Amino acid sequence: MMTAIHDSILMWLFGGVLCLLVVLTIVGSALKRSYNSNVSRVTIDNFNAQIAAWWKMCVVQALSLVFGRIGSLVLFGILSFLAMREYLTLVPTRRGDHRTLFWSFFVIMPLQYCVLGFHWYVLLAIMIPILACVFIPTSIAVAGDTAHFVERAGKIQFGLMVCGYCLSHAAALLQLKIPGFGGHSARLLLYLGLVVQMNDLLQYVWGKLIGKHKIAWRVSPDKTWEGFLGGMVSATALGTLLWWATPFTPLQSAGLSFLICILGFAGGVVMSAIKRDIGIKDFGGVIERRGGILDRIDSLCFAAPIFFHVVRYYFAPWP
Amino acid sequence: MTESIHPIASLLAALARGITGVQVLWAGCEPDERQRIYFANHTSHLDFVVLWSALPSEIRAHARPIAARDYWEETSLRRYLAERVCKAVLVERGTVAKSKSHDEAKFVGRSLIEDLTAALGERNSLILFPEGTRGNGEKIGEFRGGLYHLGLRRPDVELVPAFLENMNRILPKGEYLPVPMLSLLTFGKPIQVESHESKDVFLERAREAVSSLRRIGPA
Repeated sequence: MMTAIHDSILMWLFGGVLCLLVVLTIVGSALKRSYNSNVSRVTIDNFNAQIAAWWKMCVVQALSLVFGRIGSLVLFGILSFLAMREYLTLVPTRRGDHRTLFWSFFVIMPLQYCVLGFHWYVLLAIMIPILACVFIPTSIAVAGDTAHFVERAGKIQFGLMVCGYCLSHAAALLQLKIPGFGGHSARLLLYLGLVVQMNDLLQYVWGKLIGKHKIAWRVSPDKTWEGFLGGMVSATALGTLLWWATPFTPLQSAGLSFLICILGFAGGVVMSAIKRDIGIKDFGGVIERRGGILDRIDSLCFAAPIFFHVVRYYFAPWP
Repeated sequence: MTESIHPIASLLAALARGITGVQVLWAGCEPDERQRIYFANHTSHLDFVVLWSALPSEIRAHARPIAARDYWEETSLRRYLAERVCKAVLVERGTVAKSKSHDEAKFVGRSLIEDLTAALGERNSLILFPEGTRGNGEKIGEFRGGLYHLGLRRPDVELVPAFLENMNRILPKGEYLPVPMLSLLTFGKPIQVESHESKDVFLERAREAVSSLRRIGPA
């Protein structure tokens, strides 16, 4: 994707993000040095952890630009693999799932990325939702252990959906060929990432400022209606302002940003619910050094495939 | 015995670390070159390699696993791996139980302890799986008596409990292809045989010391 490097709009956008991050990092370390009673330690530490996470995401984004088409597939393939590994480490499986898990890791996930590399869009769309959905329960049934059968098939299928299907669609944005938009599809990934992250941040900020009425407080105590609506409106506004970098009109950009915000919220809530179910606070908490990918992709995972399919349907006509 | 590490052993260790992404936590003690017996739960063929690879290299060169002779001498590949690569101490398993008379059992048991004491020597550490066989990962089986007798014979050697998590899910008994989940290895606080402590009480305490190191809920 040499064109990505020569895409000046992308570079401006990306440069802007980096400058913002540098500023935030400086602010974060200044806050850390002057711990005081006005701002709680936990809030500052959370802030710094979030900035560190954004740096990592920027590195992934930058690498996917530098590596080009195949390289970015490999990069996202590795991310999918690590995310799946993290998920299955913490979600209990049984002895009878062993071979199914082996197939999931070493056949289904790599196939998903191969299919993407060859631009077989139909297969990309149906492989995990349909083919794996048939294969996994069959394979567990053949292994012979019927205890908790539906539950086990569901767990593995969901892992493949989130870590394989959803994440591969973030990489799929880089492969889109939109008429009149040339090789600038890398901007779409940046657009998606920016809106999702801004939505997360603004939901948090609005929630802290005026949050009163909790949504799903059993799942994540921080989420409030005020935060959700405030974050959604302001992140949609920011997304709309980025229309010039995308193939969308301002109105289309507003609609897509709105969609991304709702899906970002959905992803966050669902991943929190899974963490509650397993009984952990963060995926990265138990498995310290190698954990935390699922904590990072939570709000991206539902937004990526739907954003991809909407954009492909309306802006990149068949084939 | 040479003190160098066999290149295949280093390769296996690196491979096992890659597959299992093992995260080591020294919760109850620090890595130390002093003589120790590391004892852990046993659910997978990878257990020894992972535990061994988690030790710093200067300790690793003197750490020998204890393995069952009947299994590891069955084929020449297994024998090569056990004796040459891992420098395992091969012991008879179950012969004590199979012995015809009480006296014979006592004799076999004693010679086993002699072998292990000899393997320990002045410099070596041992890696021991006191369950004697691979379990299913749900519950730690009863410990065999070897640990108790070794602890009595060599009170200067620290007995370090260790818990290996998720190994039964990575490569369970009877499977030959691993699933790359993450494993956790936790070393606990060293224990020793207290004076007047009976064998059963000590073994139960040792088992408890291992199972208390679990970090993720029962898989």
